[in-house]
Amino acid sequence: MNSATQSVSTGTHGARPGLGVTLGRLARRPEAGSLLGMVAVFLFFALSAGTIFVSPAGFASWLNVAAEIGIVALPIGILMIAGELDLSIGAVIPASSLTLAIISGYYGLPEPIGIAAALAFGLLVGAINGFLVLRTEVPSLIVTIGTMFAVMGLTLGLSVLLTGSTSTNIVPSPFYKALLGQFVGGMFQVTIFWWVGFIIVAAFLLHLSPFGNWVYALGGDKISARNAGIPTERLTITLFMMSGFCAAFVGVGQAMVYQSAQVVGGQSFIFNSIMCVVIGGVLLTGGFGSVAGIVLGTITFSIVNQGIYFTGFDPNLGSVIIGALLLLAVLMNDTFRKMALTYSTKKKS
Amino acid sequence: MAENTPVLELRDVNKSFGPIDVLHDISLKVHAGEVLCLLGDNGAGKSTLIKTLAGVHRPTSGTILMDGDEVSFDRPKDAQDRGISTVHQFGGTFPLMTIGRSFFVGVEPTKKFGPLKIFDRKTANETAVKAVQDFGITRIDDGDRLIGGLSGGERQSLAIARAVHFGARVLILDEPTAALGVKQASHVLRIVLEAKKRGLAVIFITHQVTHAMAVGDHFAVLIRGALAANFMRGEKSREEITDLMAGGEALADLDSIIEGYMETHEGHPPAPVA
Ligand SMILES: Nc1ncnc2c1ncn2[C@@H]1O[C@H](COP(=O)(O)OP(=O)(O)OP(=O)(O)O)[C@@H](O)[C@H]1O
Ligand SMILES: [Mg+2]
Repeated sequence: MNSATQSVSTGTHGARPGLGVTLGRLARRPEAGSLLGMVAVFLFFALSAGTIFVSPAGFASWLNVAAEIGIVALPIGILMIAGELDLSIGAVIPASSLTLAIISGYYGLPEPIGIAAALAFGLLVGAINGFLVLRTEVPSLIVTIGTMFAVMGLTLGLSVLLTGSTSTNIVPSPFYKALLGQFVGGMFQVTIFWWVGFIIVAAFLLHLSPFGNWVYALGGDKISARNAGIPTERLTITLFMMSGFCAAFVGVGQAMVYQSAQVVGGQSFIFNSIMCVVIGGVLLTGGFGSVAGIVLGTITFSIVNQGIYFTGFDPNLGSVIIGALLLLAVLMNDTFRKMALTYSTKKKS
Repeated sequence: MAENTPVLELRDVNKSFGPIDVLHDISLKVHAGEVLCLLGDNGAGKSTLIKTLAGVHRPTSGTILMDGDEVSFDRPKDAQDRGISTVHQFGGTFPLMTIGRSFFVGVEPTKKFGPLKIFDRKTANETAVKAVQDFGITRIDDGDRLIGGLSGGERQSLAIARAVHFGARVLILDEPTAALGVKQASHVLRIVLEAKKRGLAVIFITHQVTHAMAVGDHFAVLIRGALAANFMRGEKSREEITDLMAGGEALADLDSIIEGYMETHEGHPPAPVA
């Protein structure tokens, strides 16, 4: 990312990009802390859990978890960089899962209709979130808690009304099962590959396209961003629609993988995605973060979440580790951010 | 100043925030190649006035004309698209963004990347660094540095450099010299004169008489949201302007100070430094 001519510690050796420079440059990136965290966590479980953890099955166990959270964590992270939160994803995931299961399972309509309806539902909830946040000027934390309960209630009510049950089965046709719900090599969910696709799109949007610049500006200073000519309202709604869409996508994938959908479930995604994002170095108050960080945070979280089952430790210890990790990550990220801020080339003019 | 069509004209502009009336029946003209100094006490409504011109606020009533045509700015972008570029009193830069990215917020340069258009970081950094260096801040030589690591004055200079870079017709500066050192402040004044020479209309808000006197062609004084005085250079003395800037209230006070000064300085008023 940085031009190759700067030395971090001493300006006098400006044109020698050595190891120190590379490390220094990395230390100023938002994902610096999460990279260290991921390596530490991986080594810890590789050593304490034995060979099974580093076998394909070990990788599959946390990759499957990471992929589902990861697809939601990406837009949640981008929203957080823009200074907003979205808790309603916890209700959108089961709701879209059920939408697909009811349309294509219960009523037997073709899958494309069920999938399109589920994704459209996610987009709609996102648009409503964005609209409410803009109109009411109530913090998005509160607004999206409200829509989360509204969606949860609607899901339960409609599910019982339409099917007389709180869960619905779906038997996807082979093509859609292969596309969204199969296990590659018998253990790797196809969702992992979708996640990679979402990562590429998110990285392009946030780091390469002008759109990304708007997101950082919005999260940095909303009023100045608007004054600078950014269509902040349209941008806010778009970002909420992105998280609604991604949550619905995960819901669709879950229905395909598990071949059934329930009214409950999905709430764990709320805190888990926020934790992945914060461990990944995104500033809770907005304006700072990266896609690489979000991905590393997701992997770190998932390794702890699953790795604990490969060790002899009490699985509850996993929660303790995640809690400690979160605190450590925030402290470490603060340090790295300060380094980024005070960095100067120290050339005398 | 020739009586041609003003670049910007306000006619009976009022602005209230709910029950609070901030601007009362403001009518004002700004011509190309003219520096309008907007003066007034704290809370007089100067920032509110320029925000209506920058598209931040919509006037409650009244009209804004540009080149004689009525315009209505729904958002800051509309004003920018018309060539009105503003440095607001507060904010304007983004602490956790790099210099290059912050400079081009909302107007990002792009380059082709296959079929896609991506942010042109190199151009952005080079342009931004050159713009601040032209401002006399030569310490900034890396567009990848974060804004948060710059001093207040450096940030202010960056914001002004940005406005100058993008201002095509009208340049609005709200207390641009407030955070600046002597060298940078005089540079801002030079920039204002340069913009004027290029035919831009400049609206300049300041609390410093010296700065106003140095560049102003046209002075407008707001007192509690109303236009208390509107005059051209040379029509009023420095003392009169000082009094007006103080909101007209400190008149007696200031008079005695200036008289006292003149007594001890052989009848000379305080000399204009400009
Ligand atoms: N968004 C707003 N809502 C309510 N009142 C406002 C708003 N913006 C400004 N005001 C009020 O309008 C008045 C004028 O404010 P303004 O910022 O225009 O003053 P100013 O002349 O720029 O002062 P200063 O020299 O201190 O910058 C103040 O009394 C302020 O409280
Ligand atoms: Mg002001």
